[in-house]
Amino acid sequence: MALVEINNVHKSFGAVEVLKDVSLSVEEGEIVTIIGRSGSGKSTLLRCINALEPINSGRITIEGQQVAAGMRNLKELRQRVGIVFQAFNLFPHLKVERNITLAPTLTGRVSKREARALALECLTKVGLAEKIDAFPEQLSGGQQQRVAIARCLAMRPHLMLFDEVTSALDPELVGEVLKVMEDMARQGMTMILVTHEMNFARNVASKIVFMHQGRVWEEGPPSKLFTNPQTPELKAFIGSTRHN
Amino acid sequence: MGNLNFRPLWRYEDAFIEGILNTLWLTVIAAGIGLIIAIACAAILRSGPKLLRYPVLGYIELIRNTPPIIQIFIVFFVFPGFGIRLPPFTAASIALALYFGAYAAEIIRSGLDSIPRSQVEAGHCLGISGFQVFMHVVLPPALRNIYPSITSQFVLLLLGTSIASQISAEELFHTAGVVESRTFRSFEIYALIAGIYVCLVMAFRVFFAALGRLAFRWPTRR
Repeated sequence: MALVEINNVHKSFGAVEVLKDVSLSVEEGEIVTIIGRSGSGKSTLLRCINALEPINSGRITIEGQQVAAGMRNLKELRQRVGIVFQAFNLFPHLKVERNITLAPTLTGRVSKREARALALECLTKVGLAEKIDAFPEQLSGGQQQRVAIARCLAMRPHLMLFDEVTSALDPELVGEVLKVMEDMARQGMTMILVTHEMNFARNVASKIVFMHQGRVWEEGPPSKLFTNPQTPELKAFIGSTRHN
Repeated sequence: MGNLNFRPLWRYEDAFIEGILNTLWLTVIAAGIGLIIAIACAAILRSGPKLLRYPVLGYIELIRNTPPIIQIFIVFFVFPGFGIRLPPFTAASIALALYFGAYAAEIIRSGLDSIPRSQVEAGHCLGISGFQVFMHVVLPPALRNIYPSITSQFVLLLLGTSIASQISAEELFHTAGVVESRTFRSFEIYALIAGIYVCLVMAFRVFFAALGRLAFRWPTRR
């Protein structure tokens, strides 16, 4: 059984249909990269997966459990699904340590005493152990994003979602974040990411999904999609990304 | 006016001190209860059940559009008609808490609105409850943003406690009236308590500045 199963999902914002009959399945350990132009529905799809946006019809299941915006186990589900945002969204009033341990302590996963060790463990994975007592504002964008990843890891998620996590970063800071994500991929984390980093998609992803006008236009392994695109839309998209 | 004489007031030193303490006590109780009311009201207005929003809005509008003296009179003189008989100090505390709560609710609401939606989302995505998101993610930075306004409101409350004298709650202004009726030194008395109010407010401003530095230590972009 696939870890994530998305079947015939439709989603509209008012009169605008942003997802049109989207289906996709993600196996455990897979790294799925969603690419496409702005407005093609990539981020919306990601947000639907952990019920940040309710869907209008269709069905999304994670580990066999159906996802719905008002569902009773939504909290438990979200503890298994980590999401990292473009704008980091760290809590500015909490130190790095508390940013990471807030959810694990509030949900009773770790005691206050074990919390610092957990924070340290997760920060070590993203290479920022020495920043445990810093406030988010004292960190660079790349560091903040790595803390955001550590914050997700602290919940020991089964699935990680990344929503254009390098798009708000200065170019020289992109690499450090991608490296952390590569490490996670190597350790077998199931990941779905929306990105404009074509090299990363090509080298790390096990599956590429090209979205266009709210639909899954093409999907397949990177070797196939990048070298032999079947549709003119994907061909044009790949061509347009070559220049930057 | 020609001969100022503060000496007769010295005999009432204890009364003035008691008045000061009662004024402080009244202010702190009203502010404490009022703040809880305010946070609850602001939370309900922001994301509470629709059914509760209208009574909350009604309360806020009622308080903000009537003179505080009437609010005190209603608690003290009208509640007994419904079998709720309260001593003056208690009645004044309740009325002033309701008064402070309504104004503070509007201030806190604006503070909550200043927190970006993405912070709330990030909280929810971590799998903690809505209440936990509110208490741990939204409220602390919101309070920081409105801290100057809420301390001003607190000063207005401190000065406003003087109207509790009208139902004979024994705060500072009430003490002044009592002493005046015995010494007939009106100018001296009101000059003295005006000075006391100034000192109290100054002291609180210093205290709030220190408290703010202590409570809101995280760096911000501004």
